[in-house]
Amino acid sequence: MSTRHDTAAPPVKEGGAAPGRSSAGPVSAEAAKKRARLSRRWQRDIKWSPYAFISPFFLLFAAFGLFPLIYTAWASLHQVELTAPTDMSWVGLRNYTRIFDDEFFWNAAQNTLTIGIISTVPQLLMAMGLAHILNYKLRGSTFYRVIMLAPYATSIAAASLVFVLLFGRDYGMINWALGFVGIDNIDWQNDTWASQFAVSSIVIWRWTGYNALIYLAAMQAIPQDLYESAALDGANRWQQFLHVTLPSLRPTILFTVVVSTIGASQLFGEPLLFDANKGASGGSTHQFQTLGLYLYEQGWVNQHLGRASAIAWTMFLILIVIGIANSVISRRLRASS
Amino acid sequence: MRARTLPHSGLRKGRGIPAVRRAMTVAAVVSLGAGLLAGCADDGDGGSNSSSGDSEGKTTITLGLFGTQGFKEAGLYAEYEKLNPDIKIAETVVERNENYYPALVNRLTSNSGLQDIQAVEVGNIAEVVETQSSKLMDLSKAEGVESGNWLDWKWKQATTKDGQTIGLGTDVGPMAICYRKDLFEKAGLPTDREEVSKLWAGSWEKLVEVGRDYQKKAPEGTTFLDSPGGLINAILSSEEEKFYNASGEVTYKTNPKVKDAFDLTAEAAEDGLTGNQTQFQPAWDTTIANSKFAAVSCPPWMLGTIMGKSKPESFGKWDVASAPKPGNWGGTFLSVPKSGKNTEEAAKLVAWLTAPEQQAKLFAKQGSFPSAPGAYELPQVTGAKNELTGDAPIGEFFAKAAEDVPNQPIGPKDQIIQQGLTDNGVILVAQGKSPEEAWETATKTIDNNLDK
Repeated sequence: MSTRHDTAAPPVKEGGAAPGRSSAGPVSAEAAKKRARLSRRWQRDIKWSPYAFISPFFLLFAAFGLFPLIYTAWASLHQVELTAPTDMSWVGLRNYTRIFDDEFFWNAAQNTLTIGIISTVPQLLMAMGLAHILNYKLRGSTFYRVIMLAPYATSIAAASLVFVLLFGRDYGMINWALGFVGIDNIDWQNDTWASQFAVSSIVIWRWTGYNALIYLAAMQAIPQDLYESAALDGANRWQQFLHVTLPSLRPTILFTVVVSTIGASQLFGEPLLFDANKGASGGSTHQFQTLGLYLYEQGWVNQHLGRASAIAWTMFLILIVIGIANSVISRRLRASS
Repeated sequence: MRARTLPHSGLRKGRGIPAVRRAMTVAAVVSLGAGLLAGCADDGDGGSNSSSGDSEGKTTITLGLFGTQGFKEAGLYAEYEKLNPDIKIAETVVERNENYYPALVNRLTSNSGLQDIQAVEVGNIAEVVETQSSKLMDLSKAEGVESGNWLDWKWKQATTKDGQTIGLGTDVGPMAICYRKDLFEKAGLPTDREEVSKLWAGSWEKLVEVGRDYQKKAPEGTTFLDSPGGLINAILSSEEEKFYNASGEVTYKTNPKVKDAFDLTAEAAEDGLTGNQTQFQPAWDTTIANSKFAAVSCPPWMLGTIMGKSKPESFGKWDVASAPKPGNWGGTFLSVPKSGKNTEEAAKLVAWLTAPEQQAKLFAKQGSFPSAPGAYELPQVTGAKNELTGDAPIGEFFAKAAEDVPNQPIGPKDQIIQQGLTDNGVILVAQGKSPEEAWETATKTIDNNLDK
């Protein structure tokens, strides 16, 4: 029935419907009109229905992506308070210019950067190592892979709350363990570096397994004969990893770097819950307040929607800059290989 | 292509499928688009109000609450449903006010997603009174509501300048000082509540002095007070004015009382009289369990918090003394959004829930202290005891404190200022920073947060 008859020209004898214009001659004017109309409908169908099929995404995007984006841009040019969101007063670019000397913004930007680095770099290195180990023939490898993905499947809230307890200053398990090696109690929440390290560790714990699985998948796609010939050339395991595995993983590494960078720049849940009582201020001296957190604090705690919108747009622009830098670097890398 | 090569008959026959498909696609797209538009559209008055009549013709009244108000736990809904067989009551509870309040404001401004009754915390009531009063019912005109039933200052907190009262008070938090008799004894201080109250009657400086005495002979590892935040909150709540003056201007930086409170707390923190803790954090909870402090500024609800975190061997070891000066910490209001379908029934329920009798029942079960003085005469309050404080007559005690609370002007941004002074301020001194540095961090944070 449905074996592509619609795309092939049907036999001529049936109903005298020869394909194309060859039989156009004797058709009456009315039939021709009708046919032309139908044909127009078909053409319209062919032309427009693909758009209809992809439209759900774009409609959703327009409603939940584009409209908020544009509205946020509009709001960022006004003074708007959450208590009266329709009551806007025009302030031009003031919300943007004030960012330049807003020390809290730059503090948050710096925190985002440092937390981003100390969470992303170890995370990807560890993921690579883990993937390499899992790539060997192991008993129960599926078990290990599932275990690796478990943190990723845990909710941020649950994980962060457990980490808060682990990192407790007076009764936390980590300080208790450090006590055995003679290290005094560290104030994980209030010390700048300690708190940033603690927040990063939640991120690392959560995402290492995920990245390891991506690396593992890419490693398994590397042809075995590359390793064989490397072995024949006398390369040891480490040299094989360095000269066969890593170059083959280059696009995958780039992908994980991009995804982790985006994730790091939007870091929000972990620092918010790391000191839940201080709301969104990110610690008593804002020592682990990220940009996402600062945006939230301005919008929802302090109720300044205009300022929050301007921060959101500034973050967006920063992300675009990072994206461009990323693509330039990746093009360089590709050219050099 | 396809159209051109198809025969008429085939066209007619084959048209069915694409036509249906096209129709379905169009339908899907249209319904999706319509859905999106409808979702974004203004709900209008009561459009999305969640109350409804069910099959038995009952009216459901919904309450939006935060934290543990305890109406349900105290059996008040069941009682009301019994008295009014036509009414059903349902509540939705958000655990933390920080999460509850922004959503409430959002819903009030967009007039959608509201419950029939919404709770408002005292830290937010001034902002609601100032900015949202047009969306809320004037409950002073509701049936059975008499302004004289409430503490004067509680009633005024929810009343607009033009005399609308948009929320009825449930509980208040008249402050006392709760202290550990065993730790006081070990440090050589008196343990009788009258004598302890006398030690610091009239001034917070005296309390800090007592703290110094305590610390000299303190049991190992304990501090006099739990946290710097608790102390500064207590001091500020007992002043005639704190962050706003009577005409509603922000004066927290120029009001000498605020700076005095900050300096006194910083001094206490510098001398190690307070624990290096932030209240209500897990680490602070463990200091309760491990009996790490001797005294804490203590509204009635704090007794419940301490009881929940304490080990059983601490029960009976606590007692209650008067605060140096009376103040209020905490409390809630119930308000009725105008957009609801059952505003009248909702107002009736609010009036009933906040009547003295019900407030007294709530106190007996939940420890939320009544804001209606009428309740102070009732046996649930006069005879109230608490396992934690043994035979201390806490009901009478807090009732007296409640009546002396100053009528302090509260402002829309009280909470932000308070949080800045505690969490970005005095706590830094406990962590080893200088008081000057702490004050600067606090004021910078607050000014940035207030700046529109």
